[in-house]
Amino acid sequence: MNKVLMQGNKVIGEAAIRAGCRFYAGYPITPQNELPEYMAECLRKVDGGVFIQSESEIAAIHMVVGASAAGARSMTSSSSPGISLKQEGISTLAACQLPAVIVNMMRGGPGLGNISPAQGDYFQATRGGGHGDYRVIVLGPATAQELADLTMDAFDLADQYRTPVMILADGMMGQMMERVVFKEPKPRHYPEGYMMKGCGSGRSKIIRGLILDPLEMEEHNWTLERKFQVITQQEPRYELYRTEDAELVLVAYGTGARIATGAIKRLREAGIRAGLFRPITLWPYPMNELRDLAKRIENFLVFELSTGQMLEDVRLALQGYAKIGFHGRPGGVVPTPVELANVVMRQYDRKVGITEHH
Amino acid sequence: MEKVFSRPKSMKGNIFHYCAGCGHSIAHRLIAEVIDEMGIQGITIGVPPAGCAVLAYNYFDVDMIEAQHGRGPATATGIKRVLPDRVVFSYQGDGDLAAIGIAESFHAANRGENITVVFINNAVYGMTGGQMAPTSMLGQKTTTSPGGRKPLLDGHPVRVSEVFSLLPGTTYIERCTVNTPANILKTKKSIRKAFQYQIDGLGFSLIEILSPCPTNWKMSPIDACRWIDTVMSRQFPIGVIKDEPAEAARAEKASKEAGHDR
Repeated sequence: MNKVLMQGNKVIGEAAIRAGCRFYAGYPITPQNELPEYMAECLRKVDGGVFIQSESEIAAIHMVVGASAAGARSMTSSSSPGISLKQEGISTLAACQLPAVIVNMMRGGPGLGNISPAQGDYFQATRGGGHGDYRVIVLGPATAQELADLTMDAFDLADQYRTPVMILADGMMGQMMERVVFKEPKPRHYPEGYMMKGCGSGRSKIIRGLILDPLEMEEHNWTLERKFQVITQQEPRYELYRTEDAELVLVAYGTGARIATGAIKRLREAGIRAGLFRPITLWPYPMNELRDLAKRIENFLVFELSTGQMLEDVRLALQGYAKIGFHGRPGGVVPTPVELANVVMRQYDRKVGITEHH
Repeated sequence: MEKVFSRPKSMKGNIFHYCAGCGHSIAHRLIAEVIDEMGIQGITIGVPPAGCAVLAYNYFDVDMIEAQHGRGPATATGIKRVLPDRVVFSYQGDGDLAAIGIAESFHAANRGENITVVFINNAVYGMTGGQMAPTSMLGQKTTTSPGGRKPLLDGHPVRVSEVFSLLPGTTYIERCTVNTPANILKTKKSIRKAFQYQIDGLGFSLIEILSPCPTNWKMSPIDACRWIDTVMSRQFPIGVIKDEPAEAARAEKASKEAGHDR
């Protein structure tokens, strides 16, 4: 396979097209504009490929609702404020059990915030994001290679569970260039029966989220929840880095994990045996796998480009099992590995362990 | 004995939940009759709105996907672009189209999406209990304009059809009403023409239907029908607002005749 040097945003576009994405709608917002631009250029050249620059992020996600119902592998992308606007449609996709892929190249917030890399949308992404009882599968790539692989996987997961899947990365991941090998996409497997293509001579179909009878609505909620439970059991993914002999484990994802990897090299040079637990699925969170680590390691430090959002999931996994420290840089600040290494050295004492974050 | 009147094949047998005298049930029936007559039941996909007509999928026997409030034309765009040979219509109320979904509707029209919008204008929010709509008349009393709609505080009734007719992407726009048997027949013809234009690939069409809402207008059904004649149609004149293919045909005919004269 050929290695190509490509920018993160374009990698997602290329991987999506290779995975069979045939419908993209989106609205410009920095720092993800190269993705819609790539789709405008390349998706329209593909047989049956549709690119629409929509009038808003809201319109884009509802176009995706229609295209997904009509049977196309469908995608939209945006960055933080735009993802807030899409929540109505994401809730609709979850309610109607329609597959779709949503890309969020996070930027500093809240409000308009700025256009620098940040991880402040973790709560929104992993807790459903819109109204009602539902979850979204959230994938957190940390390299351009993973942007490619996880974009393809996102379409497969969306089809398998008939539910929206989010790629949660940030402006850094979108803008940087790295070498990538595009894997062979898997053939599409899906239960075709849900698609809406006109009833032909058969029975007409309804796709709806409105269920006025509370008991019926409750049953629909439990149906969705059972699916989410299966996903929680089957789909957690994570990666370990130098944890075999670790006395201290950093927990970080995406861009945060890249910085943490650099910090760990420096910490090891300074004689501290540090390792990394990197969740790849942010929902479902690899809770059990993280807790397993706590059987032999007592000290954990969560590092995020936020004030502490994934920290809550780490606490759910480790509270009472281990000591949990925290370092956060919200608002679009990207600290260096040296800063993080220094923070760890300040917070960690071999005799008393990590200073806990409260 | 020959059966001369029955439920259209494209309607399910469910009893309408609509109030007595409501225009929705008439509009539903007309659309279903057109679908039957054109033989397009198997290739039609409908997009009902939020509002009184949200349950339209209980009545139409065609594939239907419910849209969030105002998003019908966006959802319909997604469907039509993926399945360009299907007949796709969005069914929208005045709040849905002219307020919360004005952006989705305007831009679907501006892109010239090859879909049909059936726009039920009854000058009031029905399902939520009679609040002011973007198309409520000046002076009209609603639960959120209790002293009557005041232009300086509440804005003016929006003439959506006239505004959309200015967009080059729109092909055919007509305002109809269902307050008399004659007007009902005219409305059906307009719906059929819009669907035919869509099948011919001519672009965006919109049929606005002035529709009685006796419950929220607090009138008898008869008075509601009269109010459309005496008040509503003054603000929203009935008739063809734009029919590009017909205008083009007329222009061609006129130029031919002019040629003969020479």
